[in-house]
Amino acid sequence: MFRKFGKFLLFLYELFTRRESLKVYWKRFIDECMMIGIDSLLIVCIVAFFIGAVTCVQINANLVSPIIPTYIVSNIVRDMMLLELSSTFICVILAGKVGSNIASELGTMRITEQVEALEVMGINAASYLVLPKVLAAFVMFPVLSVLSGFIGIVGGYIAGTATGIITPEQYIYGIRFSFIPFNMVIPIIKSAVFGILIATISAYKGFYTRGGALEVGKVSTTAVTNSCIAILIADYLLAELLT
Amino acid sequence: MIEIKNISKSFNGRKVLDDVSGVFRDGETSLVIGASGTGKSVLLKCMLDLVTPDTGEVLYDGREFLHKSEKERIDVRREMGVLFQGGALFDSQTVFQNVKFPLDMLTKESEAEKRDRVEFCLKRVGLEAAGNRMPSEISGGMKKRVGIARAIVLNPKYLFCDEPNSGLDPLTSIRIDELIQEITQEYGTTTVVITHDMNSVLSIGQNIKFLYEGKKIWEGDSKSILETDLKELDEFVFSNHALKQLRG
Repeated sequence: MFRKFGKFLLFLYELFTRRESLKVYWKRFIDECMMIGIDSLLIVCIVAFFIGAVTCVQINANLVSPIIPTYIVSNIVRDMMLLELSSTFICVILAGKVGSNIASELGTMRITEQVEALEVMGINAASYLVLPKVLAAFVMFPVLSVLSGFIGIVGGYIAGTATGIITPEQYIYGIRFSFIPFNMVIPIIKSAVFGILIATISAYKGFYTRGGALEVGKVSTTAVTNSCIAILIADYLLAELLT
Repeated sequence: MIEIKNISKSFNGRKVLDDVSGVFRDGETSLVIGASGTGKSVLLKCMLDLVTPDTGEVLYDGREFLHKSEKERIDVRREMGVLFQGGALFDSQTVFQNVKFPLDMLTKESEAEKRDRVEFCLKRVGLEAAGNRMPSEISGGMKKRVGIARAIVLNPKYLFCDEPNSGLDPLTSIRIDELIQEITQEYGTTTVVITHDMNSVLSIGQNIKFLYEGKKIWEGDSKSILETDLKELDEFVFSNHALKQLRG
């Protein structure tokens, strides 16, 4: 366990040693932003819309007291989306998509000797392949998180107003009621941390793959599982620190 | 010239290479042969520093390689060209981009110079028309040829080929062997070929080292290999049905 953690730390250190030129990283960074960010847009929008809608419906169903005003429904939708669902829930989804993609890509490169080909050329394969992925995850995850928070609130609005749970005016009043601006920063910080965790853990798993196609499948699954556990632990620690 | 001295390597207590020494000369195609699992590929990886040997030294033109600083090792590495067993082409890049990759990463040449060099190398391996194709769209033999083009694009002093004929039909194997031989003679490279293909041994083996259970137990050329009295080598050489019949 400690040995593996030590190896993981050495792997992280390797990302920042013997770096290539900025031009090389920039091109790869843009490619990775496309893969991690743009390619994940659709799934993030669909998931965020429906969790916003379901949250609205569930809160309404469970708020049975007549003394609680209706606008509280959208108030809770807003806080749930911003504080938890747009970061943690969406990042768990992204761990499955992006994490498995990173692990299987690097795992395949390892077993087909593409990583060795880079090392033989005198290129730091870890830095060249992984650092742009980590930076792209660090940048794109907060973007996706902010977007999902917005789409989730819109999802709640559409579900609430279309089914008569809440009027549009009440919904808008609710999401503006007792608003704390710092709550907008929390999902950005959390998703940036989760992005780094997912990218580094998945890359580490993929980079040290040994064996064949079967092992690539296994490391891909392990990468997602470990990333999810790391997200949940980090989520608790960040909740303690930020609230 | 590459010199290896007393290379030993164990994995989990099992000795894979045992005190292997030898010399690989300039302008010569040197073959390391042996049955599967005798440590040929591990020896190659030790020479490339992809696997660190337990003991021993590797000298490139007298320059010690394994125990030098990272920067000094990178300088030597940039004089190497390696053809991996499966080609090791980057899946996300076209054939042209694969061959151009070392130039992009390791040189400051202009785009026009790089393009000329890549076109020359692709033409040299007979793939000038395949530049825009992806590695998934070409055959195994073509992948090997692209691998050779990528290996020679920087004019290497040392060329390493790991099982260049594996998975290829006999005709394509011969073409790949001939190409390696021509490049070695044309550029005067020190070429090391890891193989267990007897056709390669007989056609391009100017210097042959035979590994058996991790030890180098024989060295010679393609003529002397057929006249050997060594039992282990005799078994390996004449496991080939055609050669067995030829010997009668």
